[in-house]
Amino acid sequence: MVETPETERATTATSSVGDPLSMSEIQAWFIREVLPLESVLMQFLSRSGRSKSDSEDICQDVYMRVCAAAAEELPRNPRALVFTVARNLLINRVKHEQVISIEAVENLEGLNVAIDEPPPDRVVIAREELRLLQTALGKLPERIRNAVVMHKIDGLSTAEIALRTGASERTVQRDLGEGVRALAEILLREPADTRRAS
Amino acid sequence: MIEETAPGPALEIQSQAAEFLVARRNGRSWSEFDEQSLNAWLAQSMAHRIAFWRLESVWNRADRLNALRPMAPAKTAVAANPRKRIAPFAFAAAVVAGIAALGLSTNLLWNQPRVTSYSTPIGGRETIRLADGTTIELNTNTVVRTALTEKRRTVELVRGEAFFQVRHDERRPFVLLAANHRVIDLGTKFLAREDGTRLKVVLIEGSAKVETGISTDNAKSALLKPGDEAVATARDLTITRKSDKQLESELGWQRGVLVFQRATLVDVAREYNRYNSRKIIIADTKAGARLITATLPTNDVTGFARMAKNFLGLHVEEREGEIVISH
Repeated sequence: MVETPETERATTATSSVGDPLSMSEIQAWFIREVLPLESVLMQFLSRSGRSKSDSEDICQDVYMRVCAAAAEELPRNPRALVFTVARNLLINRVKHEQVISIEAVENLEGLNVAIDEPPPDRVVIAREELRLLQTALGKLPERIRNAVVMHKIDGLSTAEIALRTGASERTVQRDLGEGVRALAEILLREPADTRRAS
Repeated sequence: MIEETAPGPALEIQSQAAEFLVARRNGRSWSEFDEQSLNAWLAQSMAHRIAFWRLESVWNRADRLNALRPMAPAKTAVAANPRKRIAPFAFAAAVVAGIAALGLSTNLLWNQPRVTSYSTPIGGRETIRLADGTTIELNTNTVVRTALTEKRRTVELVRGEAFFQVRHDERRPFVLLAANHRVIDLGTKFLAREDGTRLKVVLIEGSAKVETGISTDNAKSALLKPGDEAVATARDLTITRKSDKQLESELGWQRGVLVFQRATLVDVAREYNRYNSRKIIIADTKAGARLITATLPTNDVTGFARMAKNFLGLHVEEREGEIVISH
């Protein structure tokens, strides 16, 4: 049986192209249409010579702008919008920098390629999703992984995890926070083929 | 759209979003005040909202890991029923921005349960009384940690052996954790002894549930009745019924004695060694196989040595820090 992610089901009926959106509709649209583009977007940003934190800031800026646009009117082609906004932001940055690296400008040309790439598959069979999650889990540092396993699989609260591991509850919360960020990094950013267990 | 001021660095916002998300999903310590702090934070910037949506979507996906859970112990209700979606945020009303980030992290700290550790040295014995009326008697060389909150009482047997008399409270379950095992009180007097990955539970009164292999795919559980002795290892959970006399022997240490009924000398020595820093060493298997029925004081190693010599006719060599017994 094929299952579609929660967000997909929640939004199919709610809005059509052209209507202004409510905040929860923007949220659903963002998760459904924009978030799957994150891996390509981040690859593009780092290829254009941006540092990690710089890429993060630009990515955040892109998201804010496309969500603002979606609040006015649901974009017809989210992928094109995301990369157009990203390109404009990059060009702005490059212009404002004292030294313009030729490489950075050249890389901007590569953008059209990114836009034309096929979109990542959104509908994942439940079992495949579980495998992706397990593989992602396996990539976490041990302590973080243990905390996530106890929380998500055993259903233990942070207090209970703290009791078992001897760490403070504060530490467990921080570990879980790092866990969700690391999972986002792996699930949203690593190309699909390397995400899979070999 | 709400007017935007320039957001902070993306990495910082991500880490704040992660902190909110984890605390919120944790349920127990999430208060109305925290909810308002979150709403205010979200209302501050579209960047905050997006960072939260992003991580939340990943955290929701991770809920699917729940399928790896081997069985459905008592906690399933909590685990399988996290808030599936964010309640629709009252963004317009979230002009509560006044309280902004104020005190969020401190508030999260206020709600931590107070964890207290208790321990006894080798040969020690101590009774502690918890605020809820529960008493825990710690045997020799034992460490327990307690964490009491309004909603639950969690005690971990880190090492050793303890006798629990639990004041039952339906609204505040009492859970004992040890190694990979869990004992859930249903109104109980019980004895628990931890030994590496092994946990032995002897139920004296009331009833209790023992769960083992909690985070493995080999989880098992059993409901104990008075007189039941459960031994949980990494692989197995076995239950045996004990006679009243056997139960009394198990609790001998509370009176300062060790009660042996046809126990091998090896077992006797092992028991003695838990209570005394001067160790008994059995030098050969022939001596170790001798059977003993006796009631002996826990702290009298020399008395034990004398008994081995006079009654069993064994060879006893007293050295510094140890006593060696051979055939």
